[in-house]
Amino acid sequence: MGERVSRILRNLSREKAFYFFTSIGNYTGESAASLKEFMYKINEVNEKSLVFHFHRGDFEKWIAEVLEDKELAEGIRKMQKTDVTGDLLRSRLFEVISKRYKQLISQLRFVK
Amino acid sequence: MKVKNNAFDLDALDFEILEALQEDARRTYTAIGKRLGIAHSTVYDRVKRMEKYGVIKRYMAIVDYGKAGTKSITAIMTVFTDPKESERVAEKLCGSPEVLEVYTSLSEELLIIAKVVAENQESLHAFIANSVAPLPGVLRIRTSTITRKFKEAQFSVANPESYIYKKKI
Repeated sequence: MGERVSRILRNLSREKAFYFFTSIGNYTGESAASLKEFMYKINEVNEKSLVFHFHRGDFEKWIAEVLEDKELAEGIRKMQKTDVTGDLLRSRLFEVISKRYKQLISQLRFVK
Repeated sequence: MKVKNNAFDLDALDFEILEALQEDARRTYTAIGKRLGIAHSTVYDRVKRMEKYGVIKRYMAIVDYGKAGTKSITAIMTVFTDPKESERVAEKLCGSPEVLEVYTSLSEELLIIAKVVAENQESLHAFIANSVAPLPGVLRIRTSTITRKFKEAQFSVANPESYIYKKKI
């Protein structure tokens, strides 16, 4: 289990990082190369960027395919069903991601 | 034609030949010679010299992608870069088949401007997100998809109004 948790929390290469865009081809200059960085960036990036990626399903895709955390990806996918936007979207995303992050950190400590 | 350190002094006749080839590169030496009132061998010699020294870079077909049935979108991508990395970013872009043209520009910041083609909006985004944004030194990217083309032409070397032409002859 510890190996799986460490893998989710690992630092990624530039190629595998998440790049925040506001629309097709418009890169904000913000990126995240780990779950921890991603969690903080959710609170910082342009709201337009959050809405763009959220509705395209980019967050859950990256979390599932690159970080390989199916559980968190599922948590974000479930949010798609609710009609959240703006600051509420930001706080809900942060809540789901930070809750999972804390859970993973505690699992890692427990294993050690 | 005088050659000095790989630089050229083209005369009026060279410009006339270039103009004829820019209008239609498939024109024969005989046809160009007839138009300019000179022997086809003169046209041949001058064209070969201009090819040899890179004045004429290449001959290519201009394809109407719509009529060829190719579905694609074209976009102008502006990449804001760290000045120290801009050359490397430009070189990387040049190596991508999706990128047709690459330029650098210095306004308030150092920019790389590139013309990009992709099958659709999604593949354009995937290319930029996966192959351009991760390049070291890329700060931000702005992309505009071209919706309609009003004009596409090459600068005519023999345009009488052109600065170059006036200077050369």
